[in-house]
Amino acid sequence: MASKGIRDRVAIVGMGCTAFGENWDRGADDMVVDSVHAALGSAGIGIDDVDAFWFGTLQSGESGLSLSRPLKIDYRPVTRLENLCATGSEAFRNASYAVASGAYDVAVAVGVEKLKDSGYSGLVRTFPPADGTAAGISSPAVFSFVAPAYAAKYGLTEEEMKEVMSRIAWKNHHNGARNPLAQYQSEVSMETIAKSPRVAGMLGVYDCSGVSDGSAAAVIVRTEDAERYRPDPLYVKALALAAGPGTGPIDQSYDYTTFTEVVRSAEDAYRQAGITDPRRELAMAEVHDCFTPTELVLMEDLGFAERGKAWSDVLAGAFDLDGELAVNPDGGLKSFGHPVGASGLRMLYECWLQLRHEAPAERQVAAVEAGRKLALTHNLGGGPGECVSFVGIVGSEPG
Amino acid sequence: MGGIIGYGVYVPFYRLERSAIAEALGGRGGKGHRSVASYDEDTTTMGVEAARTVLGAEGGAAGGAGLHLDGLAFATVVPAYTDKTNATAIHAALGLDAAVPASDRTGSVRSAVLALHDALDASTRRTLLTVASDIRTGLPGSSDEANGGDAAVALLTGPSSAGMPVLAEPIAMSSVTGELLDRWRVPGAPASRTWEERFGEFAYGPMVESAFARALEQAELKPGDVDHLVVTGAHRRVAERFARSSGVRAESIADGLSDTVGYCGAAHMGLVLADVLDRARPGDRVVAVSIADGADVVVLRVTSALPAYRSAQGRTTVRERVTAGRTGLGYANFLAWRGLLERDPPRRPDPARPAAPPSLRSEPWKFALVGSRCTAPVGGTECGARHLPPQLVCMTCRARGHMVPHSFAGTPGVVSKLTIDHLAYSPNPPLVAAVVDFDGGGRYRFELTDVDPATVAMGDRVAMTFRRLYTTTDGVHDYFWKARPAQ
Repeated sequence: MASKGIRDRVAIVGMGCTAFGENWDRGADDMVVDSVHAALGSAGIGIDDVDAFWFGTLQSGESGLSLSRPLKIDYRPVTRLENLCATGSEAFRNASYAVASGAYDVAVAVGVEKLKDSGYSGLVRTFPPADGTAAGISSPAVFSFVAPAYAAKYGLTEEEMKEVMSRIAWKNHHNGARNPLAQYQSEVSMETIAKSPRVAGMLGVYDCSGVSDGSAAAVIVRTEDAERYRPDPLYVKALALAAGPGTGPIDQSYDYTTFTEVVRSAEDAYRQAGITDPRRELAMAEVHDCFTPTELVLMEDLGFAERGKAWSDVLAGAFDLDGELAVNPDGGLKSFGHPVGASGLRMLYECWLQLRHEAPAERQVAAVEAGRKLALTHNLGGGPGECVSFVGIVGSEPG
Repeated sequence: MGGIIGYGVYVPFYRLERSAIAEALGGRGGKGHRSVASYDEDTTTMGVEAARTVLGAEGGAAGGAGLHLDGLAFATVVPAYTDKTNATAIHAALGLDAAVPASDRTGSVRSAVLALHDALDASTRRTLLTVASDIRTGLPGSSDEANGGDAAVALLTGPSSAGMPVLAEPIAMSSVTGELLDRWRVPGAPASRTWEERFGEFAYGPMVESAFARALEQAELKPGDVDHLVVTGAHRRVAERFARSSGVRAESIADGLSDTVGYCGAAHMGLVLADVLDRARPGDRVVAVSIADGADVVVLRVTSALPAYRSAQGRTTVRERVTAGRTGLGYANFLAWRGLLERDPPRRPDPARPAAPPSLRSEPWKFALVGSRCTAPVGGTECGARHLPPQLVCMTCRARGHMVPHSFAGTPGVVSKLTIDHLAYSPNPPLVAAVVDFDGGGRYRFELTDVDPATVAMGDRVAMTFRRLYTTTDGVHDYFWKARPAQ
């Protein structure tokens, strides 16, 4: 058994999320104060009511002090953690386990990233001292290997593949245009997307998520305590994480059309939550659309589409806001950018709004109105063949 | 008997048309083209490539199967480092035994010429690898810029053996040393300064005549007996005038490769000599003259072993290397590659400095592209999985402690995945990156070099080449391997 899970043992009773974007006027300190206080306010509690904090950031701070200092937390445990692009979700996962263990009654998970202070294009990371033999290739370039590999495997021409990729970007921008917190709030035409300047391989600018700043936070309590805070909490159904052996880039048998870590973490999560047909049981999914081919492959790895069929499902609108399974109804990384530590909790924030019928009407997912009560969040950190993958499932009802 | 027992050259891929200089700067420009080291090459990397052609196959980092080397000497006018030895990087890239001494002889063209003379002089006793490499620069519009060329040559000298017979035996050597201010360069400067050319003709004439006469006298030859005369020097007119007046038959005067490569400084005498050895017949007398800070002459007699050496499978001739290059390099690119034109950098951080301790720990991997192979028993046979970089735990069978070193430097591969990366830092954007699958197993992500981003494609065959990925702002050169189109 990969994991036993903590299905329905903890609940989310408050969330907060800042506007994402080029927040020139907000530092990381400002954004964590904003998101944590929004979450506390949503739960109807003060900061002294929180027993412990999990603070996720890739590189916008270090140690618990980067949270306790701006928030003036009085001598409580604050754990800073990092797990690449799954960092925000890891804060949520670990805070949930702490509450489920009984060690704490109230925990806060918060993530933040301040990317726009570097002065550089794209995500800039620092690495441990090394021997200089790793090819200095960018993230878009690493993920760009996926597009021609997928197209070749399933017989798509380059033009057809480009259309599928553009359709994914078009959908996410369509959704983001209905989200006042998104970095980009305009629809973008298929033609503009397809003709955008190339960044790497088949990826144009519009096939890549933006670079932005943001923060999001959640308040987690035991399920039996949840109704003391609010009548409509969300219940944690599954928390799964898989770190792979990282052999894809060195193993000729890896074909760049799947992320095995995602397959494994999804299987684990569905087992924990008791889900057998995710496409029909989930009301919505927030997935890690760092690049458009990533989202395409995720549809298959997460079990939303059959192998080799995601591309046609995408073109048929299966994952549109009004499709069979709405994917990234908030606009995704495509519209929000990817402030690494915050993204996982930003995804959870959309589940929070959607499953509790608080999303603006123009992007409220019909499946929720139709009675579906489960939502999935997913992050992938690393690259094809060597990544960590998180899959979480929350629901609006226990049991 | 001792002498030359192996030789090989490296001519970089790019050619600059001399007319391209004139188009940008005005002036006459001149005919033909010069060879140009790519942005990711320096004298050390080109030296490695030349040496690889000699030491058993383009490629084998094995250090030449069964070859015992007594020393490695590296000569260049423009060393990548000073204070730190550059020959050690070549030594590491070739995977030579640590007991083989490696040293530099740098600073001038004559360093290289006399390194070769010394190696020939010791060749009855010691097996030596002499590598000469140069990148010739000049200020924009100068004669040095137009008439220079970039190349490297490796000459293996030593006593004759059954496996490695002498190909050409030295029968006389002579030198004249002269202190004269015909050209000079302050260390670190981008180009040399020169006195007017006619002064060189005046000063060098008597030196070269004297050295040539003495060498022929030692060899008991008349000028008419010379089958191949190689005359090299930065002063093209001095070299050509001497060759014409030497008494050697006109048809025996070797082409100095001026129109196709240019004068390659420290590497040039060896380059033209190698070109002659590609054609010479047993018994031919070859005289090689270098005019630099004096004059140095060596007389060689070609042995009967040369034709068999030349016909070895897969050997590429100097002429094939000269004609294999790609013309049409933009003059602005040329200037940028040589650091004479600073381009706006991308909005990306500079690459991190390679750190000394991890570089030392991974020396066979970083310098010689040595990975690992799993020898764990699996189902009655060896697992055999090949890993780049070397791993402790097998990616296939998960066994630990069964790894042995496995070299990939000489293994061809195929471009399995390909991308043109417009975002990544590169001294020559866009960066072209590929997932390379090696024949027989093993995969790694490499930059591609010497490729046209418009035509490179998945499925292309590639070979590995030693390059300089970048140089940090504090002057650390990051050496590693790239993939280039297979010849």
